[in-house]
Amino acid sequence: MVGSVHSWDVVTAADGPGTRFVTFLAGCPLRCLYCHNPDTWQRRSGRPMTVEGLIAKMLTFRPFIRAAGGGVTVSGGEPLLQPSFVADYLRRCQEYGMHTALDTSGFLGARATDELLDDTDLVLLDVKSSIPSLYRKVTGMPLEPTIAFGNRLAARGNRIRLRFVLVPGLTDARENVEGIAKLAAGWGNIDRVDVLGYHRLGVAKYEKLGLRYPLDGVPPPTPEQLATAAAIFADHGLEVSVT
Amino acid sequence: MTEKNAWRGFTEGAWRDGIAVRDFIQANYTPYTGDAGFLAGPTERTTAAWAKLTAMFPEERERGVYDVDPDTPSTITSHRPGYIDRDAELIVGLQTDAPLRRAIIPNGGWRMVESSLKMYGYEPSPVVADIFTKYRKTHNSGVFDVYDANILAARKAHILTGLPDAYGRGRIIGDYRRVALYGVDHLIAAKKADKAASGAPFTEEMIRRREELSEQIRALTELKQMAASYGYDISGPASTGREAIQWLYFAYLAAVKEQNGAAMSLGRTSTFLDIYLQRDMASGELTESQAQELVDDFVIKLRIVRFLRTPEYDALFSGDPTWVTESIGGIGADGRPLVTRTSFRYLQTLYNLGPAPEPNMTVFWSPALPEGFKRFCAQVSIDTSAIQYESDELMRPRYGDDTAIACCVSAMAVGKQMQFFGARVNLAKTLLYAINGGRDEITGVQVGPVLAPLTGAVLSYDEVARRFDTMMDWLAQTYVDALNIIHYMHDKYAYERIEMALHDSDILRTMACGIAGLSVAADSLSAIKHATVRPVRNDDGLITDYEIEGDFPAYGNNDDRADKIAAELVEIFMSKIRKHPTYRDAVHTQSVLTITSNVVYGKATGNTPDGRRAGGPFAPGANPMNGRDKHGMVAAALSVAKLPYEHSLDGISLTTTVTPAGLGNTRLEQVTNLVGVLDGYTSVNGFHMNVNVLDRATLEDAMAHPENYPQLTIRVSGYAVNFVRLTTEQQKDVISRTFHGAL
Repeated sequence: MVGSVHSWDVVTAADGPGTRFVTFLAGCPLRCLYCHNPDTWQRRSGRPMTVEGLIAKMLTFRPFIRAAGGGVTVSGGEPLLQPSFVADYLRRCQEYGMHTALDTSGFLGARATDELLDDTDLVLLDVKSSIPSLYRKVTGMPLEPTIAFGNRLAARGNRIRLRFVLVPGLTDARENVEGIAKLAAGWGNIDRVDVLGYHRLGVAKYEKLGLRYPLDGVPPPTPEQLATAAAIFADHGLEVSVT
Repeated sequence: MTEKNAWRGFTEGAWRDGIAVRDFIQANYTPYTGDAGFLAGPTERTTAAWAKLTAMFPEERERGVYDVDPDTPSTITSHRPGYIDRDAELIVGLQTDAPLRRAIIPNGGWRMVESSLKMYGYEPSPVVADIFTKYRKTHNSGVFDVYDANILAARKAHILTGLPDAYGRGRIIGDYRRVALYGVDHLIAAKKADKAASGAPFTEEMIRRREELSEQIRALTELKQMAASYGYDISGPASTGREAIQWLYFAYLAAVKEQNGAAMSLGRTSTFLDIYLQRDMASGELTESQAQELVDDFVIKLRIVRFLRTPEYDALFSGDPTWVTESIGGIGADGRPLVTRTSFRYLQTLYNLGPAPEPNMTVFWSPALPEGFKRFCAQVSIDTSAIQYESDELMRPRYGDDTAIACCVSAMAVGKQMQFFGARVNLAKTLLYAINGGRDEITGVQVGPVLAPLTGAVLSYDEVARRFDTMMDWLAQTYVDALNIIHYMHDKYAYERIEMALHDSDILRTMACGIAGLSVAADSLSAIKHATVRPVRNDDGLITDYEIEGDFPAYGNNDDRADKIAAELVEIFMSKIRKHPTYRDAVHTQSVLTITSNVVYGKATGNTPDGRRAGGPFAPGANPMNGRDKHGMVAAALSVAKLPYEHSLDGISLTTTVTPAGLGNTRLEQVTNLVGVLDGYTSVNGFHMNVNVLDRATLEDAMAHPENYPQLTIRVSGYAVNFVRLTTEQQKDVISRTFHGAL
């Protein structure tokens, strides 16, 4: 099994709990306005790698990660563009006793087999908006598949860490945040909500790729704006963390 | 105080018959497995005493020194008693007659004293100058009497560098606990017995032994006199917690009065002292607040240890370091943690007095440490960045469970082992010598052995590696030769009487060599091997630059192709060092530790085949080059952990800088994740880790407004330093280091 892998990193406290071996797969069907990884949009931006090769790389970090606490995460891009590769990799990681996380927008959730989800200990579900028109504005795609995926995860009992990026003037309307909070509270299998403040560290990548930066002039949220959003999630009985 | 009374309530053991502090600790200490909830804040007295000193720091920082006594060469008994606030001090004793007043210690070398005095506007006393230039030879003069042209050339070219040939070698830890447990008279009696048992035939070794023992006995007698001048009789053992701290401190004070050592480390004292504090608390004579207050007052004293040094010395070592290293925690041979409430109390001083680089708090880490202690350490690291961690799992099997760190990463069994400190060689420059046939890449001067010039258009890995091997042979020989000379002369002219009096008479000595520029050398070899490197020659035929075509794997990414080169270099150079006989049959060791001198060494090194520009700083210690580690802190740490500790027993240093957000969103998560990273690094045989928890903005603001950050402490390659005391260049270097905050 060969996948298109953009890069890998070992990170602490990002992309799931503890210290994790994170693989970024290449290719994504969404074009989120605030995306900080435009270099992972194209599937051809990755290099071919076998599951075997990726497992070999992961194993060099396994002793550290086992002692430190953490696991592996598959991110992207959109990992569910390559569902068989992901399923195979997560299965192998489970055999090695690693905690597994899948970082996805849920847009391609239908492509995830039940076996793949059985091998996923935590889904990092990025919900950009709860309003179909706004979701389309932010991502260029419809909201419905993500909701369907969330419903499916809830029905199966998969744990979800919900991630929401707060962009001033774009996603920060009370109605939008409230809607996501209601969705999450309804699912009921939420481990935590991460409210991520929009940042501009991706700007240089757009310049490098010769792309126009869509959010020119949009400032990062203030601590107050982040706290307001966090309070909305907390009001729905959800555990919230802000970065 | 009689022994019977002083030792009341202690469990008996072999420690009563001989001198065996470890045995005493094992028989009497109470491990503490709880959390930090019991700790007490500072008392008003503590806060006032510390405020009095901190008010003096701005002037000291401004002028470089607060005050100097230029007329009195320092000995154990040279100065009248000094106080910060005589009526309020719980633990007394200063190096001179006033706080922050520095002494001259000319036995190491007169030139260093003279230039330091002049630099700070003091006139050297003509009488003292006469003594140390006409009548009393110094260590420094002795060394230069013997150095040959080869050593002088290597030294001048900075390929051999930082040698302790003009200053005190340090890195010797007296077992200062012995004075508290036994009293000085008992120690004198034991040394007299050792001397009596050492006799004919009077070989050179035996003559030296008897002279050294005589000097040790004399130093112990002076230690009693010094304590008496403060109103204390320390001929017998200490009988309370306060006395135990006072006795121990007097012993340490005697050492820093007499030696301006590059590192004057304290040892492993917290769990020893806990036995006394615990006994006083059990009998109702001491409250938690009072116990903490004693520890705070002791630490205040350790924070104001000062030496007179030249600005060049400070540039080499960064700031004004004394390396009063205290080793805390670890696990005993029987599996019980060596963590006590006083281990927590030492770390608590970083809150009660604010963060500070000294004493150099060093935690012996093991995944088996009690959870409460691990979490407190992580929390203190996150709040102060003032702890370094070393693997108890690597040290305990080799040195036992009464081991302490001297300086940053040098492990030694307390009272049973000392080292001949050997500074380091510049491996990156050595590689350039290999390429240029022994000619210096900056001056063109022939320093190393002559090799035929390289003529090809592209560097060949096999050819460069072969020449590098030859150049390392020369370097190892030159290095050990220089160190043998240095330590012969240091023993002869600047012998550490009091520190050695607090060792067994028969000890293990190590000859601690060191290498700098490891990551530059490894990456350069990787570039030559995996990319195409074309040398650029100047008019004189000297290769002064390199054109690199293609990518190459860099050390610091957990990629064996590069990491193996680094690991092999460590092993190869160690094997070359081992070939050369050492002074007093010292056991050869080496470290991969460059402290902040990585800036100075980089300055003395031309362009390198890895693309580093001439004069650019090296990475500190065993770190990967700044910016070449592309996969985060853990991947970098795993590369460093591959360096073989068995071939680098004097330590391997890793400095990491992480922003708080890089460890987690909540404080709880940050603590959990930092504990995890330390457990992880220890479990893959990582040896040492400095943890700086900072953000870039903080450091940039500190550069712009140093007055607002008098206590901003960062850890660099094995020790903590006040950021605002670094030069602008060093500050920039620290800031440019990879911040491992997740984006």
